[in-house]
Amino acid sequence: MAKLNIDDLKKIKEKISKETSLRHGETRVKVTVHMGTCGIAAGARDVMAALMEELAEADVQDVRVVASGCLGMCSSEPNVTVEVMGENPIVYKEMNTNKMRQVFKRHVLQGEVQTDFALAKM
Amino acid sequence: MREIALHILDIAENGIRAGADRIAIVVDEARQDNRLRIEISDNGSGIPPEILAKVSDPFVSTRKTRRVGLGLSLLEAAARRCGGEFHIQSSQGQGTKVTAAFQYDHIDRAPMGDMSSTIVALLVGNPKVDFFYSHTIDGRQFAIDTQEIKKEIEGVSISDPAVIQYLNRTVREALDQLARGGESSKR
Repeated sequence: MAKLNIDDLKKIKEKISKETSLRHGETRVKVTVHMGTCGIAAGARDVMAALMEELAEADVQDVRVVASGCLGMCSSEPNVTVEVMGENPIVYKEMNTNKMRQVFKRHVLQGEVQTDFALAKM
Repeated sequence: MREIALHILDIAENGIRAGADRIAIVVDEARQDNRLRIEISDNGSGIPPEILAKVSDPFVSTRKTRRVGLGLSLLEAAARRCGGEFHIQSSQGQGTKVTAAFQYDHIDRAPMGDMSSTIVALLVGNPKVDFFYSHTIDGRQFAIDTQEIKKEIEGVSISDPAVIQYLNRTVREALDQLARGGESSKR
């Protein structure tokens, strides 16, 4: 039976622990990918994958990614909500991997709301 | 849904919405029997009997955000049109088990799709939930249990990008090897 390599996991753990004692700090931005049936059918999983790639590349520790259910606005899925702590959450509509990368680079990292993709301010 | 893997993601998310903290996903591709079987079970709140009886009706849902329930009815329809079966068992307070089977070579069967992305999306979005995932192709099995992984990486979040990248790659490689018929090179 194929299994995970425990040594590999240990190495990753050591590497991460060494690099980032900072990692337990505050969450500055929360990014929610809406993963109801509607979102999943429209491509939310690939949006999430692109977000994780960007996150790994940017190597930031204060961004938290969560999944949630249907928002009730199924026709504009995939929806992604970006909440910079202390500001109003912004819901982005009809996301794809490219839009997600742009929102991550501009809004999450630099704080510029990408109004072209926005559905609403909550 | 374009992939079976997306159905699995969807049904697993149902379990999480139902408050489950442990979800088991079992995929069995038995090509020699011309059968693809998936099973998703959770320890969430379960489905009330009156809803369970009508679960494949898309116009029944307990959700408040929209009036149609899509996930289970879509999966059932997908299985039935591929010469397959669909079963759901649920007891309140104990959890739910969804099983779907497909005729493997049915022309309408969606491809298995990207299971590693499905697993990763579940882990990233729900780091506190434990997942067991077993995938068998023609009797050769690959399995991971996040409870064990969490023990190994104690102190580091399973949703850490480095861990996620590693798991994504490992699952992808393991499934490739299973499909090609060889043993995985990972221990």
